[in-house]
Amino acid sequence: MNDLVLIRQNLRRQKLRSALMAVSILIAFAIFGVLVGFERSMNAREQAAAADRLVVVNKINFTQPLPIAHYSRVRAIEGVRQATHLSWFGGYYQEPKNTLIVTAVEPETYLEVYANDYDLRPDARAAFVRERTAALVGETMAEKWGWKAGDRIPVSSDIYVQKNGSRAWDVTIAGIVRGRTPHIGTNFMVLHYAYFDETRLFGKDTIGWIALNTVSPSVNDRLAKTIDRMFANSANETATDSEKAFNRAFGAQLGNISLVVVLIIGAAFATILMIVGNTMVMAVRERTREIGVLKTLGFSRVRILRLILGESLMLALLGGLPGLGLAALTAVSLRMSSSSLFSALVLTPDIALTAVVLMFAFGLVTGLAPALSAFRLKIVTSLGRS
Amino acid sequence: MPDNTLVRLIDVCKRFNKGSETITIFDRLELSIPAGDFVAVMGPSGSGKTTLLNLLGGIDRADSGEIHIGGIRVDALSESALTRWRGAHVGFIFQFYNLMPMLTAAQNIELPLLTRPGKDRRRHVETALKVVELADRKKHYPREMSGGQQQRVAIARAIVSNPDLLLCDEPTGDLDRATADEILSVLRLLNRDLGKTIVMVTHDAAAARHARRTLHLDKGRFIERDLAA
Repeated sequence: MNDLVLIRQNLRRQKLRSALMAVSILIAFAIFGVLVGFERSMNAREQAAAADRLVVVNKINFTQPLPIAHYSRVRAIEGVRQATHLSWFGGYYQEPKNTLIVTAVEPETYLEVYANDYDLRPDARAAFVRERTAALVGETMAEKWGWKAGDRIPVSSDIYVQKNGSRAWDVTIAGIVRGRTPHIGTNFMVLHYAYFDETRLFGKDTIGWIALNTVSPSVNDRLAKTIDRMFANSANETATDSEKAFNRAFGAQLGNISLVVVLIIGAAFATILMIVGNTMVMAVRERTREIGVLKTLGFSRVRILRLILGESLMLALLGGLPGLGLAALTAVSLRMSSSSLFSALVLTPDIALTAVVLMFAFGLVTGLAPALSAFRLKIVTSLGRS
Repeated sequence: MPDNTLVRLIDVCKRFNKGSETITIFDRLELSIPAGDFVAVMGPSGSGKTTLLNLLGGIDRADSGEIHIGGIRVDALSESALTRWRGAHVGFIFQFYNLMPMLTAAQNIELPLLTRPGKDRRRHVETALKVVELADRKKHYPREMSGGQQQRVAIARAIVSNPDLLLCDEPTGDLDRATADEILSVLRLLNRDLGKTIVMVTHDAAAARHARRTLHLDKGRFIERDLAA
């Protein structure tokens, strides 16, 4: 027998109580894993933003289009290394609930601007540029729908219709795009702007926004001002900002995700902390006499403290680790669901590590009060209590 | 101090505060117990019997005076040193057994051995179980045993680390006469055959007759009567 056996046996003495506490902790850590994973996925675009990239949007709102003529003028400005334009397609697959993130792009310039972000096989690149109806699909989206290069699929738009009345554009997948770093999301599809613009019923010769790489991040501010000044007082004024700021604004459409996540996790943990902490205090108080007996038998005060902290730590791990497992399963399940909101939801190793650190902190916090109480308890007092 | 004296109390004073009132339990108490003795301590409720055991076992401290046990002045030991000393030199037997309900008999008996490094813990436990004649009950939990059997386990726990001194607080107070006699026979055997020094607090005159002598505590002083047959 050793201290670990004593801790285990103490947890087993009230099996139902221990199980209920473990389930409470499990729920808290499952919530933690899913929500932090969600928050990270929402902020991944911001983290993935290139330092030397600017985004030019309509000053009214980035959902408002810009004339394609703006693109030619922006490209010609000194300090612009590469530029491309993108247009929001508003896609879905088969049914509107199967949302797809689809943008119409100019293939050559798009691949140049984002060359450092994605990996793409040369033959896929060539096929995408060559074929007017070709599309590139990100790895996450391809995995989700089981698509592969060569597949021909209909991509519908909930914004645009074709001149023939159809909402579906048939595209052939030229290749699968992989992100070069974990922060770069690959739940997207890009198709030819020319194909899209030529066939759509309205909005012709307009684009959504312009993305450009500058010659150096140091010229970003000056260049942004130059661009906006160029279109000042025109019918389509622009707002130019870093890609990071643009992505942040894009994510903010859903509200302050980080704050919401912190508030929900905080509420869950505070509640569980009080429940488990209170139960631990009661559980140890019931054992007052036994603690006195252990001290009488020669168990030091520090060892008693260690035993009780060990018990609360073990309980936190017993609930927390399965909770983390449940969060991972939930993340997979949500990722595979039709909602694109969760398409990048992953329980990354750093989230898991943070959760394990939190489990230790949780165990220490919930065990500290009863452990200190047992530490200070006088034998004579404890033996006198029933 | 005679060579064979195991326990010696010199001018021990102990007081308790109850509200604004101070109650004196012992005022300059003197006591000497030779090694190998079996002493029963009797006295009316509140006479300080349990307090005496607590002082001897180092689980309570005297306000003044000296407590020597086995040549060590235990009242001068630090808290941690006292804990180590207690684990090594004193065995406790309580009225209500005080076994850990979630541990088996063998695990309960093993508890004092966890406080010190050493091998052959299992062998020590087996030996203690044999002494109290419970070898066949080692895997039983306290709830699966009678009161007498639980008290035997408590005795095995008290002797497993081979202490010099056994302190028993009403060890038969919760048992019927026949079972009490069995337990007292075990204590007598420990005293007679294994040479353990035993100090037993009891209200029961029949139990006290198993001791070599009985000390009567009254108003913080001892009145000694020799009951040895």
